[in-house]
Amino acid sequence: MASTAEGDQDGVRRRDWIHIAALSTAGVGGASVLFPLVSQMAPTADTLAASTTDVDVSGIEPGQSIKATFRDQPLFVKRLTADEIAEAQAEDSADMRDPQTLADRLGEDNADILVNLGVCTHLGCVPLGAGEGEDKGEFGGYFCPCHGSHYDVAGRIRKGPAPTNLAVPEFEFASETVIRVG
Amino acid sequence: MSFAWAKQYEPKTPFTKWMDEKLPLPRLVYSAVGAGYPVPRNLNYMWNFGVLAGFCLVLQIVTGVVLAMHYASNTEVAFAQTEHIMRNVSYGWMMRYAHANGASFFFIVIYLHIFRGFYFSSYKAPREMIWLLGVVIFLLMMATAFMGYVLPWGQMSFWGAKVITGLFGAIPLVGETLQTWLVGGFAPNDSTLNRFFSLHFLLPFVIAGVVILHIWALHIPGSSNPTGVEVKKESDTVPFHPYYTSKDGFGLGVFLILFTFMVFFLPNTLGHPDNYIEANPLSTPAHIVPEWYFLPFYAILRAFTGDLALFGVTLVPAKLLGVIGMFGSILVWFFLPWLDKSPVRSGNYRPLFKKFFWFGLVPTMIILTICGGLPAEEPYVVLSQIATAYYFLHFLVILPIVSQIEIPKPLPFSITEAVLGKDDDGAAQPAE
Amino acid sequence: MTIRLGGIIVGLGLTAVLLLWSLLPGVLNFALPEKPDYYAFQEENIAPEEGFSFEGPVGTWDVAQLQRGYQVYKEVCAACHSLKYVAFRNLEELAYTEAEVRAEAAAWTVPGINPETGETTTRPGLPTDQFPSPYQNDVAARAANNNAIPPDLSLMTKARKDGTNYVYSLMMGYVDPDPADQALSPEFETPEGLYFNEHFYNINIAMAPQLTPDRVSYSDGTEASVENMAADIAAFLTWTAEPSLVERKQTGWFVIGFLLFATFLAFLSYKQIWAGMKPKKK
Repeated sequence: MASTAEGDQDGVRRRDWIHIAALSTAGVGGASVLFPLVSQMAPTADTLAASTTDVDVSGIEPGQSIKATFRDQPLFVKRLTADEIAEAQAEDSADMRDPQTLADRLGEDNADILVNLGVCTHLGCVPLGAGEGEDKGEFGGYFCPCHGSHYDVAGRIRKGPAPTNLAVPEFEFASETVIRVG
Repeated sequence: MSFAWAKQYEPKTPFTKWMDEKLPLPRLVYSAVGAGYPVPRNLNYMWNFGVLAGFCLVLQIVTGVVLAMHYASNTEVAFAQTEHIMRNVSYGWMMRYAHANGASFFFIVIYLHIFRGFYFSSYKAPREMIWLLGVVIFLLMMATAFMGYVLPWGQMSFWGAKVITGLFGAIPLVGETLQTWLVGGFAPNDSTLNRFFSLHFLLPFVIAGVVILHIWALHIPGSSNPTGVEVKKESDTVPFHPYYTSKDGFGLGVFLILFTFMVFFLPNTLGHPDNYIEANPLSTPAHIVPEWYFLPFYAILRAFTGDLALFGVTLVPAKLLGVIGMFGSILVWFFLPWLDKSPVRSGNYRPLFKKFFWFGLVPTMIILTICGGLPAEEPYVVLSQIATAYYFLHFLVILPIVSQIEIPKPLPFSITEAVLGKDDDGAAQPAE
Repeated sequence: MTIRLGGIIVGLGLTAVLLLWSLLPGVLNFALPEKPDYYAFQEENIAPEEGFSFEGPVGTWDVAQLQRGYQVYKEVCAACHSLKYVAFRNLEELAYTEAEVRAEAAAWTVPGINPETGETTTRPGLPTDQFPSPYQNDVAARAANNNAIPPDLSLMTKARKDGTNYVYSLMMGYVDPDPADQALSPEFETPEGLYFNEHFYNINIAMAPQLTPDRVSYSDGTEASVENMAADIAAFLTWTAEPSLVERKQTGWFVIGFLLFATFLAFLSYKQIWAGMKPKKK
C-alpha cells in the first residue's frame, strides 16, 4: 500500500530505484559475508604449510619399501630391484586400464625410486604390499584387500575395480639422498 | 490473534498456492514479520532493539558454529587451539573477534531492550508473558555468555569459572556437593571445560526456541508503543512490512557500523588482557573481574559484606546474602508486572515514575557497573552498597508506592491523535 | 495486592539487612585506602618518541623494524623465553623468502625423535615447526631462573594493558631508583637476585637488564641503542601477538566504507517509505 503516487511517473521510478539499490546493496553485503564463512573451512595455514614432506631414501635397500606420511596420507617409497625394473619395463606395452610406462612413473633422473601415494584409487583404502610379508597381489606389487584391486610392481592397476594407477605425487631430489615430495 | 484489519496472505502463483495448502510457512512469515502484522505507527528507535537482538542471536550462532569447527575443549590444548583459530584458520581472527564482540553487543542491545521495557512498562498486562519469557531469555543468555568466556581457557576464563561456580557453594547444606557436581571435580578441569562447551553450544538453540515463544506471545496483544495507549483502529497501525522492515534495516546498518568498528579496530578493548595468559590453577590474577555486562550483578554480589547476625549468632552468612542478592536482582524482574500497578504504561505520562527512572534506576545501574569493575575497596564498596539498596527499593518499594500515589498526565485519545494531532477519524489513513 | 505488599516487605527487609549489617559497619569503619608508603611502580607506560608504525587506524608494519626485532628476540630473548605460538614459516610475513625461512629454521634446534631408536633427540628446525622452548619443561625453567619462569612471549603484548608500550617501558625501566620516591620507604631495597625496574608491577623483576648498547649488531646500519632495540622488540612482539593486525584494519576500512554506503541507502529507502506518514509541522 506504500508508494504508488498517482500520475507522478518520475517519482515512482526514483522511489523504486532507491529500494532496489538498498536491497541489492544488502544482498551484496550478505553474500560477501559468505566468503569468510566458506573459506574458513579450507585447509588451515599449518596444514597447507605441512604439504611438503622430505624423505631420506639413502637407507632403502633394493626391493625394500618404506612408508612415510604425506599430507596426512601414507606414502610408499620403494627402491626397485633390477629384476623388478626389467619386469615392469617388459610389461610397459601390456594391455592396461591406465597405460603408463615405468619411465613415466619414475620421472626424470630417477633410476629406481618408486614413489606412490598409498591410497587405492578405488575408494581410498591403504593397499598391502609395502610392508614385509604382506600380500603383494597377483602382479607382485600392491593389493588392496577392501575391494580386490591388484597393482603391479610399478603401482599400475592391472585387475580389480580401481580406475587408475596409484598416484605419483610430484617430487624432486632435494639432495643425493633426500626426496622432497609435494 | 492480531487485528481484524490485518491483511491476509494471498498466494498468487500455483506454487505458492500449493505450498500454502501443504505447509503455510509463507503465510506464517507474512503474518509474523510481513505485511500481515499491523504495528503501531508511532514506534520510536527504542523499538529497533528487538529485531537487533534477534540479529545478534543469529550472528552468535553462525560465528559460534564456525568457531566450534576449529575449537577443542580439552584443557591441554584449548588455549593453543584458540590461538590456532587466530593464526591459522582462514579468517579465524575475524570469526573470533566477531563472536567475542558479538557477545558484548548482544548485551548492549538486550540491556537497551530491557530498559525500553522498564521505561514504557512493556511488562504490563496484556504483555506479562512476553516479559516473563524475556527474563528467561536474559537468564539463559547470562549462562551462555559465562560458559563461552570459559572456553578460551585463559586466566580470566579459569578464575571466572572458579568464582562463579563457587557461588553455588554458598547454598546451605547442599552447596559444596552441588558445586563439585557442577564442575565435575574440585576445581575447574577437563570435565568442566567439556560440559561448558557442550552447554554453550546447546543453550543458544534453547534461547532461539524461547525467542520464538517470546515473538508468539508478542503477536497476541501486538506491539506496545511509546504512548502506552492500545491500538484502537486501523489508522493507529501500519503493516510491519515495509514500514518497520525498512526502519529496522536502517537500524541494523547503524548497529553494524558500530559493531564492525569494534571488531576491526578495537577488538580487545572490551576484553581483559589476562585472558591472553593461559589458565594457571596455581596463580590467581591480581584483579579478577567478569566481563563488563556482568559488572552490575557482580557489584551487588560484593555489596553484602557482613553476616546477618543477631546476638552473636550468624543467621545468614555474607556469602549467601551476596548470592541471594545477585540472583534476586534479576528474579525481581519476574514480579514486575504485578509490582507496578499504574494503569498508565508509558513513562512519558508518569511524571513521578519518570523522575525515579532517570535519576534513580539509570544512575544506579551505571554506578553498579563502574563499581563492579573496581577493586573491592572504599569508597566503592559503600557506593555499591547504597546503589544496591536503591536497586531493590526501586523495584520492590518505590514502584508499588509510586503507582499508587502518582497522578499521571492526560493520555492522548489514540495513537493516531498522538501522531497527527486532533483525531478526526479517517483523516489520516496510513497510505501516502 | 498481595504481591505488592510482599514486594514492599521483601524489599524493605533486604535493604535493611544490607544497610544494617553491611553498609553500617562499612560506614562506621570507613577509611579510604591509604596511599602505599612503599615505592610504587610507574603505571603509565612510556612510548618511543616517534611512536610505532602500526598504531592508529591506518598504521602498517615497518618490516625492517620487525626484522630487527626478530634479531633481538633471537640473539637476546630466546635464551630464556619461548615463542611457542609462532612457527618459523610465519617469518615469511616479515619479507623473508621461502629459502631464507628454511635456512633460518634449520639454524634452530628443535626437539625430535630418533627414527631408529625412538629416543628423544634434537634436529634442525623445519619451516613448519614452532619456535622451540629453551627449557625442557617448567621445572627446568624455574630451576634455571631463580624460581621465576620466563613467560612465553608470543602473546605478551596482548596479555598486558597497552602491551606494546609496556614491553618498551619494561625494557627501558631498568633505571636507578628515584631518591625522592625512595625516601618514602626507607627500608626499600632490591632483594638479591632481583633487579629494580620501575615499570614492573612488583618494582623488582627477576630478569636482569638485557639490552645494553650494541648488544646486537644490526645489518641495516640502525644504531643498536637501548631505545632502538626496545622499540624493535616491542614491535616484533606486537606482530607475534597479532599477525593479522594490519590485514584486520585494512579489511575494517573496506567493511565500514561499504556499510556506510549501504546504511545511507537504507536510510533513504526508510525515509521514502515513511514519507507522508509523519504530520507536517504546522
